[in-house]
Amino acid sequence: MKQRVEIVTRILDSNDQLAEQNRKKLDAHQVFAINVMASPGAGKTSFIVQTIAKLPEGLRLGVIEGDTAPVTIDSDKIIEAGMPAIQINTGGNCHLDANMVGLAINQLNLDDIDLLLIENVGNLICPAGFALGNHANIVIASIPEGDDKPYKYPNIYRNIDVLIINKIDLLPYIDFRMDYFREGVEMLNPGLKTFEVNSKTGEGFDGWIEWLKERVSTTQK
Amino acid sequence: MHELAVTESLLAIVVQSAEANHAQKVTDITLSIGALSSIVDDSVQFYWDHISKGTIAEEAKLHFNRIPATIRCLDCDFEFTLEEELTPCPNCDSIHLDIIAGEEFQVDYIEIQKEETNSNETTS
Repeated sequence: MKQRVEIVTRILDSNDQLAEQNRKKLDAHQVFAINVMASPGAGKTSFIVQTIAKLPEGLRLGVIEGDTAPVTIDSDKIIEAGMPAIQINTGGNCHLDANMVGLAINQLNLDDIDLLLIENVGNLICPAGFALGNHANIVIASIPEGDDKPYKYPNIYRNIDVLIINKIDLLPYIDFRMDYFREGVEMLNPGLKTFEVNSKTGEGFDGWIEWLKERVSTTQK
Repeated sequence: MHELAVTESLLAIVVQSAEANHAQKVTDITLSIGALSSIVDDSVQFYWDHISKGTIAEEAKLHFNRIPATIRCLDCDFEFTLEEELTPCPNCDSIHLDIIAGEEFQVDYIEIQKEETNSNETTS
């Protein structure tokens, strides 16, 4: 006897449920968490280190670093900058998932953290598909990657709250049409909050830090 | 993108549902996959053939219901299907757009084989 069984469930349902658990845990400790996505080399870690340097007094930060290989290069930089960091080795996987982030969250003392930055694996495709339980998503684009990225990787620009355009000091040397790039983003995510920055010097960070302060204060302890 | 993780998730959902319905075997699985979900059918099929071995869903056929990316213009309400590259509204050139379909990513239903044992009770 043959029978049809209706399911209608999102394929990543189990990941979504774990993400929901992470979210509840973060909320219980009043931690505001951000998923930081970008391609390899866009400057995610440098951006986080510069953000730490410019953090307002009293705002306590924690970082989860996702990498595909068992290296601690990125988390070492964060710890050197004076903040707690947990390194996740995804074992070759192209993205972080809710389970990995849940395990990392358990290693952090959430009562000592106001803001958690989760640095995803450098990749413009896969991280967009997996919920982690964070409160906001940001993408860091950088000038040397080229101005066609929103057209080639549309998914990553959808459902994000902030776009950072990094390495703006390289604009004079690279054929990057800012209008073309931003028009592509506008088609995918109308009115997206965008900050143009240089993570080496800290140029352009004021707006980003203001945004952070405002968002974190809404979950303040 | 990450078809192995996706396929593992799919297998878990299918096996759980098949067992809950006392299936002997899963014969068919129908999925809805939006054009914007970056899932490659062949790749899912490839992983499926490997990881479903020895499970109740071994040899089940995967059917992909592809849903095109549909965009609505927020300025003139014109609806169009995205074929390749992202473009402004073909009707009014606006860049204020909303994606209304194409992000689907779900298991719709499975077809299972059950034992005939109960049929004596229900049919004469």
